[in-house]
Amino acid sequence: MSCDGGFIVLPEHFFQRQKKQAHQRRAIDRWFQRIGLLLTLMTLGILAILLLNLAGNGLMRIDWQFLTSFPSRRAGEAGVLSAWVGTLLLMMVTAGVAIPFGVAAGIYLEEYAPKNNWTDFVEINIANLAGVPSILYGLMALGLFVYQFRFGQSVLSGGLALACLVLPIVIVATRESLRTIPANIREAAFALGATRWQAVWHHLLPYSTGGIATGVILAMSRAIGESAPLITIGALTFIAFLPPAPVLSHPPFLSFEWLFSPFTALPIQMFNWVSRPGEDFQPNAAAAGLILMLITLSMNGAAILLRKRAQRNIQW
Amino acid sequence: MVNPQSLSSASSEIAGGVVQSSPKVRIEKLSFFYGTHQVLKSVSMDIPALQVTALIGPSGCGKTTLLRCLNRMHDLYPGNRYEGSVHVQPDGMDILGPGMDPIQVRMRFGMVFQKPNPFPKSIYENVAYGLRLQGMSKRRDLDERVERALREAAIWDEVKDRLHQMAHNLSGGQQQRLCIARAVATDPDVVLFDEPTSALDPIATSKIEELIVELKKRVTVLIVTHNLQQAGRISDMTAFMYLGELVEFGPTNQLFTNPSKPQTEDYISGRFG
Amino acid sequence: MAPSRPFSHRLNQAVEGLMVWVLRFGGWISVLVSLGIVVTLVTESWPFFAQVSFHRLISDNMWTPLFADPQYGIGALLAGTLVTTGVALLVAIPLGTVLAIYLSEFAPTRFREVVKPLLELLSAVPTVVYGYFALLTLTPLLQKIYPDLPQFSMLSAGLIMGIMIVPYVTSLGEDSMRSVPMLLREGAFALGDGKLGVALRVVFPGAFSGLAAAYVLAISRAVGETMIVAIAAGLQPRMTINPLESAATVTAFIVQVSLGDLPHGSIGYQSIFAAGAVLFLMTLGFNLAGHVLRRRFHRAS
Repeated sequence: MSCDGGFIVLPEHFFQRQKKQAHQRRAIDRWFQRIGLLLTLMTLGILAILLLNLAGNGLMRIDWQFLTSFPSRRAGEAGVLSAWVGTLLLMMVTAGVAIPFGVAAGIYLEEYAPKNNWTDFVEINIANLAGVPSILYGLMALGLFVYQFRFGQSVLSGGLALACLVLPIVIVATRESLRTIPANIREAAFALGATRWQAVWHHLLPYSTGGIATGVILAMSRAIGESAPLITIGALTFIAFLPPAPVLSHPPFLSFEWLFSPFTALPIQMFNWVSRPGEDFQPNAAAAGLILMLITLSMNGAAILLRKRAQRNIQW
Repeated sequence: MVNPQSLSSASSEIAGGVVQSSPKVRIEKLSFFYGTHQVLKSVSMDIPALQVTALIGPSGCGKTTLLRCLNRMHDLYPGNRYEGSVHVQPDGMDILGPGMDPIQVRMRFGMVFQKPNPFPKSIYENVAYGLRLQGMSKRRDLDERVERALREAAIWDEVKDRLHQMAHNLSGGQQQRLCIARAVATDPDVVLFDEPTSALDPIATSKIEELIVELKKRVTVLIVTHNLQQAGRISDMTAFMYLGELVEFGPTNQLFTNPSKPQTEDYISGRFG
Repeated sequence: MAPSRPFSHRLNQAVEGLMVWVLRFGGWISVLVSLGIVVTLVTESWPFFAQVSFHRLISDNMWTPLFADPQYGIGALLAGTLVTTGVALLVAIPLGTVLAIYLSEFAPTRFREVVKPLLELLSAVPTVVYGYFALLTLTPLLQKIYPDLPQFSMLSAGLIMGIMIVPYVTSLGEDSMRSVPMLLREGAFALGDGKLGVALRVVFPGAFSGLAAAYVLAISRAVGETMIVAIAAGLQPRMTINPLESAATVTAFIVQVSLGDLPHGSIGYQSIFAAGAVLFLMTLGFNLAGHVLRRRFHRAS
């Protein structure tokens, strides 16, 4: 080191070392950037591979016959009619229970409940429910709905099990959307003399429909793909009949018999076909899987778009 | 249109003599507690009818808290307690009375907030909301009241052709005037302004100051402001608060030129603030 | 001019009162569901635990409660769960963390905004589909590399489970990393560090409780997974820790028994609730740990 007119002049090799360090850092960064990009694309690629695999094995199997036939011991004749009808009926029950209760719970917890230890406990509880394995919901439904309440191994029990499963999703989505509305807006409504319910009904709910709808779609998408709880309840894997129709052509025009009927569902049917030894049913399984994937992917895709649009529309 | 000269003459009209109109709001020994912390200390004040009363004082003196006591906004949050009484004329309603419904109270007061907070609805619906709350539903009645309110807020000409567009498209100053229209649409007795121009530019500010002076012909105005010049420009009476107490209350002209308490004088001359 | 509409006002009061009760009931629903799960598991598994001693649970070699000479070694099921979860974590944690660092610290914003939802799609795929993929596509592929691999193996199921779990780690991890304030990073950058260095030395430690929460929740998810292991890892309980073998997990056992006849109160019926109770305790522990970690992270940031 030499001092030159008050400035400290650093020797040449010091600069050289700094230069080398800087180079190394940049090189490491560049490598990580490449690896990161590669891994990201590979991981996303798996999604594509899944779809292509299913399409390759099952697309040709999907035709009108497939969609309108009952399962059969002969692979060529087997179809998903009872499966998709079952899924549809299940979703009617699930949506009918999970949406009103979930939204109501979300509104209560976010707008009405005082902030104390009890509500803290409820929050922890909901977080825990979201992480409970789906099969345990099936076990609960088996003990409670199937036997205790005597609903039997029916659409009602299955739908209720799935509703309990997706309830936390709806609750959390409702709470988060309500939370994004600034206190300012609530105060403006109250200052004009609105009751709490009027503020919720006239303002808070309408402004948060985007977020709530997103949560509902995600919840239903999850419910459609679930099979473990349904197997536990006793959903049959070989059903060669359809549950009774909800609408009748004679008074009283509505029937509830279908709620108590045995049932099957799309993922259960696929599980049944996958589990068979031999290759005969693999195209059927792939076809069922393809249908499931298309349903869940499009629902999730719709939810993502909804979320983006809701974020753009209202800026707080 | 109000010209600058009459703005300053407004307060001098009153300065000479006793306030003629009976008080619109009589505040007696009002104390307010946030938990165990006492924020307002036995404030007593008569707010005159059809005049602009300004609440001034340094940050934390309790002026906004006092304002929010009048329409019981504090009830929305836990842990608050009122003591004392507040009576509104001509019927003598006790705002803080034991059986008093805060919602009824809120329907008699209008409030304009510091940051403009229009609902994400159309301009028309923003103004109509308070009217709908009070039971009005006939289209023709609503149209008439909405127009009247927008005129009173000096914004009718700017929005009359786009009543059904979203309120968010308006500028900040326009949004605040919309909020004023929303507050006056239901014909409240008193309108409470909480630092309404602190987030606005000077031109928008002066438009709002003008309309407040016009408004007082029909409603009583209570305005909290951080801006001493604003208080001097538009108010007839001024109340100076410090650390939760009402230090001095009197005609604006008098308080500004010849304050009787030394604290008032210190604040006004900028020795603290 | 005070409003003088007493009737509509009283109506409003009535509606308000009613709605509070309706909503309050909704608020209680989640508590009721939790209670339902716990009470059902306890009451239906109680007979099982009452007659099977703890000693047998840990010392028996096999889990065959439905056989004529029943064995109650639950270790066989736990081994299956442990190994499949372990394989899944070996995939999900490194991959998920690297992706989280990449998305948070390196990728351009637009890229991240597109990729993140796509990654989350990966966790939305129905688990039967993953099971199908594991059994019919991945296993044959693995068998080309290691011909002795059986048709059902914990390796195959575990690998696919890992892929399914990656979005959990990446999403939560990336959120935690991004909420580390820029100010902290700038201190390191100003000293001349590169992006990866800053990521590892400043961001990673700063986001640690959030990341730990993500890992713990991933574990919980893996432990609770049912269909992938039921389809691809096998339904025969076996006491082994070799991933190249087939075995049943706690969840697969419940599925297997449910597929058969299950009269109320039979030994099969009770045994699945016993397995369920064990599963519940495990995931409860992980979920609570994850929740505590996430709380701690929010408080620290």
